[in-house]
Amino acid sequence: MFRETELRIFIDGALRVFETLTNQAATVGSPYLVTDGKPGTYDFAGVIDITGIRKGLVYFTAPRGMLTVLLMRMQETDTSEENMRDLVGEVANTISGNARRDLGKGFVISVPNVLANASEGVGLPHARCFVIPINWRTHAAKLVVCLQ
Amino acid sequence: MSEGPNVLKMLIVDDSNIIRRRIERSQQIDRLEVVGAAANGVEAVELFRRTGADVVTMDLTMPEMDGIECVTELVRIRPDVLILVISALADKATAVEAIERGANGFLCKPFTDRQLNGALEELLAGR
Repeated sequence: MFRETELRIFIDGALRVFETLTNQAATVGSPYLVTDGKPGTYDFAGVIDITGIRKGLVYFTAPRGMLTVLLMRMQETDTSEENMRDLVGEVANTISGNARRDLGKGFVISVPNVLANASEGVGLPHARCFVIPINWRTHAAKLVVCLQ
Repeated sequence: MSEGPNVLKMLIVDDSNIIRRRIERSQQIDRLEVVGAAANGVEAVELFRRTGADVVTMDLTMPEMDGIECVTELVRIRPDVLILVISALADKATAVEAIERGANGFLCKPFTDRQLNGALEELLAGR
């Protein structure tokens, strides 16, 4: 069963991604458990299905403005929608893959499934969902961890 | 870069376009010339045969054919190929498996330009 203390693994992963890719630190707000409704999405969401010793999903969702600036900070000149989709999936993949440092090889991750303009949101498993708010520069994003 | 006897041909394999472009843009090793980029293992094997690459950077989590399977296939085709695995999968067991299959180095995502070039230098030093 997923323990709240394990959220630290994902928080550290998110902070590491922003710091390493952009050389500018992000901050996280207080994580919270979604008890009513859905965690919600911004313009793009990169979804990783989790199987093996844990089941559920992890997704990173961010608005277009943040992804544009992130790409520019990475020296990427092509800020097309295609690259925003690519980036949101890569961030989700990196945070999830890094979690195996603590959770081990049995924490099996899928390739990213990217949703754009997903007003209907992400299909959620029957698991508790924690939201980790992420702030970087003037932008806000979320990392959502739904694991049994 | 002009071709020469010491220039090594490099193939970049990653399902992320921005990561492929970043590796190509960031690598500063004079001896390396990027000759191709592939988005999955199947494409990588085809490009590897076509270009005769000497050095490969290899992602692990990819559609079609994953990186571990691709490492095995590339080493079967050419046992002296140099492969640097660049992956977010940060557990030791995965790194060990990649090395056992024939990879020569492992760099964990996310990475800085300095870490990328350091890993490539180390890879070539072992040749």
